Amino acid sequence: MMGNREVRLMQGNEACVEGALAAGMRFYAGYPITPSTEIAEICAQKLPLVGGKFIQMEDEIAGMAATIGGSLAGLKSMTATSGPGFSLKQENIGYAALTETPCVVVNVQRYGPSTGLPTSPAQGDIMQAKWGTHGDHPVIALSPTSVRETFDLTIKAFNLSEKYRLPVFLMLDEIVGHMREKIEIPNKEDIEIFNRLKPEKDSSEYKAYEIKENEFVPRMAAFGDGFKFHVTGLMHDESGFPTNDSQISDKLLRRIMSKVDDNVDDIVMYEEEFMDDAELVVLAYGGTYRSARSAVKEARRLGYKVGLFKPLTLWPSPDKKIKDLNEKTGKILVAELNLGQYFSEVERIVSDKSSLYKLCKVTGEAITPNEILTKIREVL
Amino acid sequence: MSSELISNNFRMDKLPHIWCPGCGHGIIMRSLAKAIDNLKLDKSKVCVVSGIGCSSRAPGYMDFNTLHTTHGRALAFATGIKLANPDLEVIVITGDGDCSAIGGNHLIHASRRNIGITTILFNNNIYGMTGGQYSPTTPNKSYGTTAPFGNIDKPFDICKLADAAGATYVARGTAYHANQLIKIIEKSIQNNGFSLVDAISVCPTYYGRKNKKGSSVDMLNEIKDMTIDIKTAEKLPLDKYKDKLLIGEFKNTEQPEYTAEYQKIINRFKKER
Amino acid sequence: MSAKELKVKIEWCKGCGICVAFCPKNVLELANEKINIKDKDSCIKCGQCELRCPDYAIYLEVLDDGK
Repeated sequence: MMGNREVRLMQGNEACVEGALAAGMRFYAGYPITPSTEIAEICAQKLPLVGGKFIQMEDEIAGMAATIGGSLAGLKSMTATSGPGFSLKQENIGYAALTETPCVVVNVQRYGPSTGLPTSPAQGDIMQAKWGTHGDHPVIALSPTSVRETFDLTIKAFNLSEKYRLPVFLMLDEIVGHMREKIEIPNKEDIEIFNRLKPEKDSSEYKAYEIKENEFVPRMAAFGDGFKFHVTGLMHDESGFPTNDSQISDKLLRRIMSKVDDNVDDIVMYEEEFMDDAELVVLAYGGTYRSARSAVKEARRLGYKVGLFKPLTLWPSPDKKIKDLNEKTGKILVAELNLGQYFSEVERIVSDKSSLYKLCKVTGEAITPNEILTKIREVL
Repeated sequence: MSSELISNNFRMDKLPHIWCPGCGHGIIMRSLAKAIDNLKLDKSKVCVVSGIGCSSRAPGYMDFNTLHTTHGRALAFATGIKLANPDLEVIVITGDGDCSAIGGNHLIHASRRNIGITTILFNNNIYGMTGGQYSPTTPNKSYGTTAPFGNIDKPFDICKLADAAGATYVARGTAYHANQLIKIIEKSIQNNGFSLVDAISVCPTYYGRKNKKGSSVDMLNEIKDMTIDIKTAEKLPLDKYKDKLLIGEFKNTEQPEYTAEYQKIINRFKKER
Repeated sequence: MSAKELKVKIEWCKGCGICVAFCPKNVLELANEKINIKDKDSCIKCGQCELRCPDYAIYLEVLDDGK
């Protein structure tokens, strides 16, 4: 029913909040930071209207901690930040990973390191999303390229976090976060929502980290549901209590890693275009993808055999697909607003390193279609 | 077998606890359990949250909803829990380092918001878990492994800090004065707002040994000698108690509680809908 | 008032001696670094030992009286 759908002009950051609300977010805790602040502002305005809770915490670390607290108390929770705040949140992100607490962490990336260029776009936190906190931990990171995709992937981020019980990163960049586009908001009944599985009400023997038969994540009670259970950032057994046992620790860490490793096909999303007969494929994500698409279209018009690949899931990376691209197409050009972070992942995946090219830019400005087109001509 | 208080409020299979012989924390943890028991709180609505350190191992033993978080951040996690579900009776257990060094910012702001959380500070004047480094409550001139020549820092009075920041219930009790401590904790839980109880503990293993304080018994007796109840002190001239540590209830006031204020905003829109 | 009896849970005792020191009637002692009730008859059931035992190893058990 096209006529019923709401059509609006909005910013990526606003679409993120709309997506989160549609996914059932009812708790937001954060700290103001450019260029993510609109997400906090819009949450502050909209959450009480639906009975949800917003709190501006005293710092980034507290924002992450309170977000986890909100989730443990049973609400779908989110926080948003940018580079410096993402750095500060890392310890508690690891806590969410080990305690298997679902939440969504939005990072509207800006130019860094340090304070960098706070209002300028960058994609410099791609590797931090993967390796930012200490120890091995499962990671899911999504990267939208448009306002509508921001809406959709925010919902997806919540669904994945609830399904796999882990913090999910939504890696925006300043381009997508602040860009305004017309978007059509899908009807509520067309939106797929996944809610965390709860223990059965009468299960007196609830073990907070026990895996039921035919399930692969522990069922999650909220504090106050009537189960008195323990949650700790120490290595723990299936009852949730701390242990020093090497075998149990090993089993726990491997299990939480396997949630992502064994379900890559369910988690990984990507799109490709112009792939028939392509001799070079341009790989780009986030805001950079938009320039890449213009460049590829123009290159095609000029007769170059160029394809376009957009990973919507950055972590886990679409290994199989990238290997396949390399084998079928040959050359891959990675364009990104950093000095080669995702490029190094592509390099890890493909065997023929000589077929890889990169276009990196760190001036604090977006990569233009023309720059990508020039690079395409150079390569072909 | 064990006493009814213990078997009704603790996870019996997790005891005995990991604390050293003579550690004051066990006395304070029992006092908290006794206060909860006396108030007949619904156990499934009690949520005990801690950070990292000796004190913060307490929730693992207590038979409630329990959360052992990251160093210094218990109050920030607890703030999320309390705001998400204000029906929960949220109690934070923290230590002097956890609460006033790495977590100092969260203490100030939880106090300022007057959010309905009760904080029990197990204050042993030292970082015990890491082996005896000086903390923000280690007295000046005392020794720690990181203060080998005597501590040149001046200690915090955490009660004054919480008071100034806006906590509505502030009191100090001690492991020696355990009966009084139980009453203080009861009142701190009953306060509809942010409560801070500075519970003076003893660490015979690290603070005691390094500072030649003798046994745990000696240290508890020292608490008896060095403290004076504020009600007694108020009747005396200042020079009679100026070198003593004040204990008792310092502040018990009523101010709007944070989650109730937030609920008012939600209710405003409920009416409009 | 129900009748009470002094009880010891010896396996939890860490031998700190707090209960011995704060017992007003000298009922307790340490034997082999563990608590021992040496003079049960003198116990006035004041509960000072239970109040300050950090390890919950000594307590007054409430007896089922009148049943």
